[in-house]
Amino acid sequence: MNFNLTDDQQAFADTARAFAEKEMAPFAAKWDAEHYFPIEVFRKAGEMGFMGMYTPEKAGGFGMSRLDAALIFEQLAMGCTATTAMMTIHNMVSWMIGEFAKPEIAEEFCSGLVTGEKLGSYCLTEPGSGSDAANLRTSAKKDGDEYVLNGSKMFISGAGATDVLVVMARTGGEGAKGISAFVVPADAKGIHYGKAEEKMGWNAQPTRLVTFEDVRIPADYLLGEEGEGFKFAMMGLDGGRINIAVCSVGTAQAALNTARDYMHERSQFGKPLATFQAMQFKLADMATELVAARQMVRLAAFKVDENDSDKTTYCAMAKRFATDIGFQVCNEALQIHGGYGYIKEYPLERHVRDVRVHQILEGTNEIMRLIIARRILADGAADLL
Amino acid sequence: MKILVAVKRVIDYNVKVRVKADQSDVDLSNVKMALNPFCEIAVEEAVRLKEKGVAEEVVVVSIGPKACQEQIRTALALGADRGIHVESDVAPDSLAVAKILNKIVAEEAPQLVILGKQSIDSDNNQTGQMLAALADMPQGTFASEVVVDGDKVQVTREVDGGLQTVELTLPAIVTTDLRLNEPRYASLPNIMKAKRKPLGVKTPDELGVSIDSKVSVLKVEAPAERSAGVKVADIAELVEKLKNEAKVL
Repeated sequence: MNFNLTDDQQAFADTARAFAEKEMAPFAAKWDAEHYFPIEVFRKAGEMGFMGMYTPEKAGGFGMSRLDAALIFEQLAMGCTATTAMMTIHNMVSWMIGEFAKPEIAEEFCSGLVTGEKLGSYCLTEPGSGSDAANLRTSAKKDGDEYVLNGSKMFISGAGATDVLVVMARTGGEGAKGISAFVVPADAKGIHYGKAEEKMGWNAQPTRLVTFEDVRIPADYLLGEEGEGFKFAMMGLDGGRINIAVCSVGTAQAALNTARDYMHERSQFGKPLATFQAMQFKLADMATELVAARQMVRLAAFKVDENDSDKTTYCAMAKRFATDIGFQVCNEALQIHGGYGYIKEYPLERHVRDVRVHQILEGTNEIMRLIIARRILADGAADLL
Repeated sequence: MKILVAVKRVIDYNVKVRVKADQSDVDLSNVKMALNPFCEIAVEEAVRLKEKGVAEEVVVVSIGPKACQEQIRTALALGADRGIHVESDVAPDSLAVAKILNKIVAEEAPQLVILGKQSIDSDNNQTGQMLAALADMPQGTFASEVVVDGDKVQVTREVDGGLQTVELTLPAIVTTDLRLNEPRYASLPNIMKAKRKPLGVKTPDELGVSIDSKVSVLKVEAPAERSAGVKVADIAELVEKLKNEAKVL
């Protein structure tokens, strides 16, 4: 067992760090304030190879491990949380199409997705079906050699600004087994986009309601077989939870670095903040918990790469822990800055607003606890973990 | 044509440098190391010349401990074709580096050798010039533009008075200044490809070069802390201080 990064992983992380520092960090506050979706950055990220990292090679992707991708996303998130989160969603979409679409369909869509020339959104959540995803209502009815989609999808990241959608829709009866997955061109006739939601954070990407009204797509756009959609969605969520967890870890690291520098610079009562033990203890706890969160996420990513039978449990634990710790670290970093932390001249309030949603999406942290508890209460499982 | 680029492993420019307690050197333990920024610009220029069809092959060479191979791999990921590592656990001084590079130049017979004008650790700014003398080649230092034209290279140099353009007959030595280009990032596919590019290892002994240094470092000190400035009440006081205290007017 070796916890060090390999030379390659170090090189991946270094190049991601350089990209984040130069192409993202200097603009993140502006994107947040102006609700600007930095499409040119996704193009550049595509040139770097960040837009199809674990898309299989057979579909033109780079076939990298989830662990390698996690290391890269973590560095990118230090530059801009919301933009990196959008990249992670795009990567999931590109992976799902590359892995499960028919080869010629995978090639057709993935060739643009892995270069970042086309962007992808993921449509699972509905107005009436969030945590209870298996109860979704959007329907896909077969009509000759086409499917006809009807229904609505809620809180869709990037919607209206992206080119390709992966949509979960019901082709069969009630429950998980009746759900299928489709790739849908975002400009297909009958797709309507709602207004961009006004959000607390994640402002560098639009979030919209997507409505499907008799949207016709070729039957070939079905991913896998009918009824496999929910299985794909759950596989996607394992990776999605790692990704969102590293977005928290990266952002928290950026917040921690800012707080550390501030403790050296800021003096009160004639001494730098760094000399006050109460502040030192706070910083020590933040760093310790952040390292724990980071290791837990990397362990979960490793379990997914190994296809461990308990991977979903590890991903749930990592997501719950890293997003809670990430929020806490950003919030403490804000506290260290006092009044300056609360104003937009400093990045802390943005970090807090951006990571808050990580405790909610990709399955709320309450749902994570359900997944973990269910597994631990199964016979013998507590020991296996 | 073939381009040889010399690269150096140095302390990362983002790192806050600390001096060892015994003042013998800068403390390099647990410090992030990187490709010297001027060398990175040299690699970028060579790769651009290759992309333009001017050069066929870009060879990078680095001298130092085994860890230097990380920087050679970085250069390969930026687009160089082949690496040469001259392994030495002793840090050679500028003249020893120039002597080793001179041997590599003799072996590889490049038409153009590009080096950073200096490394950000020791800031000597002399290896390129020494190499030009040893190899008996023309030199264009502090380049802000490099144009290869047949068997000539025009080098625009940043000098005190502005810009000076010199024309050299190839083979020639060029050292890079900061504004020559803006290096690209290594993309993920290129990092992966870099692993499969050839990297040969040699020793100074094999090249017949002694790296015994004639230079010894007596003491390394951190720069003195800057003291706080003063506020002046008006322009008259400012002029008075500039005249009588700072004596710059």
